[in-house]
Amino acid sequence: MNRLLPLAGAIFLAVIAIYQYSRPAPRAAGPQTAAKGVAAASRGQQVFDKWCAACHGRGPGHPGTQSLELRYKGDPPGALEDRTDLAPETTAAFVRHGFALMPPFRKTEISDADLAELSAYLAKKR
Amino acid sequence: MKLPHDVSPAAFDRAVAGFKAAVGPEWVFTAEEDVALYRDAYSPLWGEPEERVASAAVAPANVEEVQAVVRAANQARMPIYPISTGKNLGYGGSAPALSGSCVVDLKRLDRVLDIDEDNASVLVEPGVSYFDLYREIRAAGAKLWIDCPDPGWGSPIGNALDRGGGYTRAQFRNHFDAHCGMEVVLPSGELLRTGMGAMPGAKTWQQYKPGFGPWIDGLFSQSNFGIVTKMGFWMMPEPEACLIGRIYADRYEDLPALVRILTHLENAGIVNGMPGLGSPLLQRRVPADPQGDNPNGAAPVDQALHDAFYAGDSALIADRVRQTGRACWSALVKFYGPEKLVRLQWQIAKRHFAAIPGARAGKPEIYGFPLTDAQLEKVHKPTFGIPSLSVFNFGIRTPNRPEPLVGHQAFSPVIPRTGEAIIEANRLFARVLKEEGLPVPPFSLPGSVWERTAMLIVIFPVTRDPETNRKYRSAMRRLIAESAKRGWGEYRTPVTYYDAVMETYSFGDHALRRFHETVKDAIDPNGILSPGRYGIWPRRNRTGGGA
Repeated sequence: MNRLLPLAGAIFLAVIAIYQYSRPAPRAAGPQTAAKGVAAASRGQQVFDKWCAACHGRGPGHPGTQSLELRYKGDPPGALEDRTDLAPETTAAFVRHGFALMPPFRKTEISDADLAELSAYLAKKR
Repeated sequence: MKLPHDVSPAAFDRAVAGFKAAVGPEWVFTAEEDVALYRDAYSPLWGEPEERVASAAVAPANVEEVQAVVRAANQARMPIYPISTGKNLGYGGSAPALSGSCVVDLKRLDRVLDIDEDNASVLVEPGVSYFDLYREIRAAGAKLWIDCPDPGWGSPIGNALDRGGGYTRAQFRNHFDAHCGMEVVLPSGELLRTGMGAMPGAKTWQQYKPGFGPWIDGLFSQSNFGIVTKMGFWMMPEPEACLIGRIYADRYEDLPALVRILTHLENAGIVNGMPGLGSPLLQRRVPADPQGDNPNGAAPVDQALHDAFYAGDSALIADRVRQTGRACWSALVKFYGPEKLVRLQWQIAKRHFAAIPGARAGKPEIYGFPLTDAQLEKVHKPTFGIPSLSVFNFGIRTPNRPEPLVGHQAFSPVIPRTGEAIIEANRLFARVLKEEGLPVPPFSLPGSVWERTAMLIVIFPVTRDPETNRKYRSAMRRLIAESAKRGWGEYRTPVTYYDAVMETYSFGDHALRRFHETVKDAIDPNGILSPGRYGIWPRRNRTGGGA
């Protein structure tokens, strides 16, 4: 993440580029999922649905998932919920330090207790 | 730990003790790893001595605690910096404008206090995100749309106070204009309500905006005059249908007429969704067009063609139009309303565009609601009031970009909504960037978030290399200054450039800034609230202080 971007081509003039997307998005994972009723979901899954799913949900249109698919070419899978290798410390490190365009999440957003639940949820298949 | 130049460690300790008494010790963060969470992840000054960083953070849970925090800050003369959700990344994130300030994190004020479907309004607290509001409206079964920016993880209050924009009808996509009534903790700790809320027991706080007397709500946007703890917003009733139509024009010279007709249709209320401009020939699509031919940047840039657009070489462009069958320009128009009505509005709009020789219309799309799953897979969700984070696709890892971006900053000037200004701005920005040793970007079309104006945005990456960041910062400052010479000003800017932009609003020997300072000194004599935000410095920082 600390590598220097090549200067040439790293700048672009855009029509409100921050408002654009480059691939179709299937669903707004967080709210859509919530609306379909996940009241019985574990606390860890609820935290995932609220804070992570919009970027890291399954299927195309989730930037985090797409980026990880490209990096790992499917092994491990791009969607975090399909991973079997996520140690709790790994999840915690990314949440508290961020990566690339993902900023760190503050304790008022994801508390230490919720982070522990989230990490346990994503580590469940290990 | 960094403290403001005039805050002693003892004063800081007094402030922290006061904050702990106000909110409980567990909600005051002073440990290095906790305070680091408040760094601006997209700071163009990342890792440099000038990076704006907090000394601590305090997270009140209700209005009374916010007031207690403000009073404690006054007692210690400790600068504080409120954030709502801290997600205006690219414009400052959760970091303060003055290094060493204590961030007041309002995320715990996270209640949707009212959803009034009949009045089509809501009342929210600052920690509520667009996603939160969307969920609550759906859970309540109310047929109301929110107008959200993209990405939608920020807060309606924070975005409105920064004067952000969205995608639906003009009266809603200007987020500050869409608000109705505020509750504000003043720098003294006093509580103020604006509009009808100033009347105890008011029954119309979210129904009538001005109340009685001077309408002061604007003073709390892009400023440091108070901490907004409640804000009402008008919502858009779910329409029966949305029609999206496209007009194509082949000649380079058609741009001024195309823009003029588009603007008239919007001002006349015939087009009531966000209009847009694109260029099929350049493969520059219109923002928020779910059916764009090609995502921007997906096709290789045809430099000769872009050069022709910059130079106004209409003969070469006409040849390319003939060869490719792609139009030189496209206009996107959106209509929300009953299906019969939007079809009629589309017919009327087409009649107006027929004034351009050769202009032709594409087949329109009609959407009914709720959208089907298949539609949701394709559409630009904020156009339909649905928050999304898909926009981050612009910076993720791609086959051509093995390392994802770590952040961005935007130069976003308000320019006249005319074809002539669009071309002039493209030429100016290209010249400045070339002079700064940066690549000349593709010719681009502006966004049309705001009625009557356009914004031609230049996005710079933020890197973790100080030298590269310095180069981009230099270009940003040149763009700000060169644009101001033409009378074009920024609508919003990253924290690093607050002073540079305020410097350009200099009519009457900086009469506006001096007015801001007069207000600031009157209501915040200790200069505790967000010093430097949007270029407004309290007296203590104007005399040898600053960032």
